Amino acid sequence: MSKREDELTWRDLITGSIVTEPGNASQYQTGTWRSQRPLFDNKKCIKCGLCYIYCPEGCIEQDAEGYFKANLFYCKGCGICARECWPEAITMIEEEE
Amino acid sequence: MSKKEGIEVSLAVAEAAKLANVDVVAAYPITPQTHIVEHLAELVADGELDAAYIPVESEHSAMSACCGSSAAGARTFTATAGQGLELMHEVMYVASAMQLPIVMAVANRALSAPLSVWGDHSDVMAVRDTGWIQIFAENGQEAVDNVLCAFRIGEDRRVLLPVMVHLDGFNLSHVIEAIVFPEQSEVDQFIPPYQHPLPLNPDKPVTMGAFGPPFIYTEAKKAQEVNLRAAKEVVLECWNEFGKRFKRYYSPVERYRSEDANVLLLTMGSFSETAMTAIDKMRGKGQKVGLVRLRLWRPFPFGELRQAVRNADTLIVLDRALSFGGPGGPVCSEVRSALYLEEKKPKVIGFVGGLGGRDITPAGFEKMITRGIEISQKGSEEEFEMFGVRE
Repeated sequence: MSKREDELTWRDLITGSIVTEPGNASQYQTGTWRSQRPLFDNKKCIKCGLCYIYCPEGCIEQDAEGYFKANLFYCKGCGICARECWPEAITMIEEEE
Repeated sequence: MSKKEGIEVSLAVAEAAKLANVDVVAAYPITPQTHIVEHLAELVADGELDAAYIPVESEHSAMSACCGSSAAGARTFTATAGQGLELMHEVMYVASAMQLPIVMAVANRALSAPLSVWGDHSDVMAVRDTGWIQIFAENGQEAVDNVLCAFRIGEDRRVLLPVMVHLDGFNLSHVIEAIVFPEQSEVDQFIPPYQHPLPLNPDKPVTMGAFGPPFIYTEAKKAQEVNLRAAKEVVLECWNEFGKRFKRYYSPVERYRSEDANVLLLTMGSFSETAMTAIDKMRGKGQKVGLVRLRLWRPFPFGELRQAVRNADTLIVLDRALSFGGPGGPVCSEVRSALYLEEKKPKVIGFVGGLGGRDITPAGFEKMITRGIEISQKGSEEEFEMFGVRE
């Protein structure tokens, strides 16, 4: 689609608002729902990957050194990663901080 | 050559679905619709109709199964009534928004409580805003004809919308009538094959009914509204073509002895034929009364309605449903709204009656018209009157 999704008019929608492009849910920025974001402390992180497993959004990635970080384009700030991280390497901080 | 047959209207409606060569029927039996789906089950079981009959566990599932089959490109039929229609309610919005041209016969029935299996339009009015095309039949022949038309209209590429054909419970569904059935070859020519432009297909995947965040939902609803309104042209075209081929003619607003009438009565469904008898009697006494019958309920035929009633002084509207705590009947309320900005318009008087199978006889309609004229002249404190209620 040439237009940005928030520029589409009603005339641009096709029959039954059918989506013909597979996987375009990845364009949807759920990160705007967030009021808190996870802060990762790599000094405490033991690279166990529990945050990666528990993240319901599937937005936690592992970097080249084996540490984890959340993709803030998708992270909704639910805090499950911080809750599950038993070495307490993840803290949730308010977005305005 | 078409054939004429004495047949129960419910069975005739099932035969119409068979003539339309439906691929899938998913339905749950409920009075007074039962004979329609029973007969379809028989036709499939006896090998007379090559279709999948899905005996689902509820109407919610019936409508859901219909959505799936229509989305896969199958010609889909179902039928229900009353509580069954209510149980379908949320899925009906999905069918229209996803543009799935399911055809559904509704044997109009009252809603509980108190429990009533008998006819009125409470079920119809509760699904008024589901985005379906809605056509009212006045007799069995019209029900059969409009089931055939419904497939052609709904499946038209310019429309792609589900269609309800309303036939009053018992008054129509359970009477035996002489009905003319067209030949199979004539129906095959009249209804082209159903081809959804983007059906569910594993080789070319699409997403139907994806979520619509705030930035796009309004646009989706506007597109749906424009499409439903524009469908009227295709309905007219279909009825015109039907008339040419089968010599029976339909229009969104039909009139009976209304041309020079000062007083008009407006009805929908099977009561219209009884009302005609009353009009004839009153005409016989020299009263200038006439009848207007609303056949196309959605999309609402604003222009045709205004045209049909503009020269009358009084327009008496009968609703067979009640909007509790509101302006009375939904039909009257919409008619008033349609006429509000007109310079030349009749006074609109509303009656709610014929609820839960209560009959209105020709003498009853005469009484209603007489009372309507009285209210029109003297005025009334009330928004509407309940016709025939014991005080």
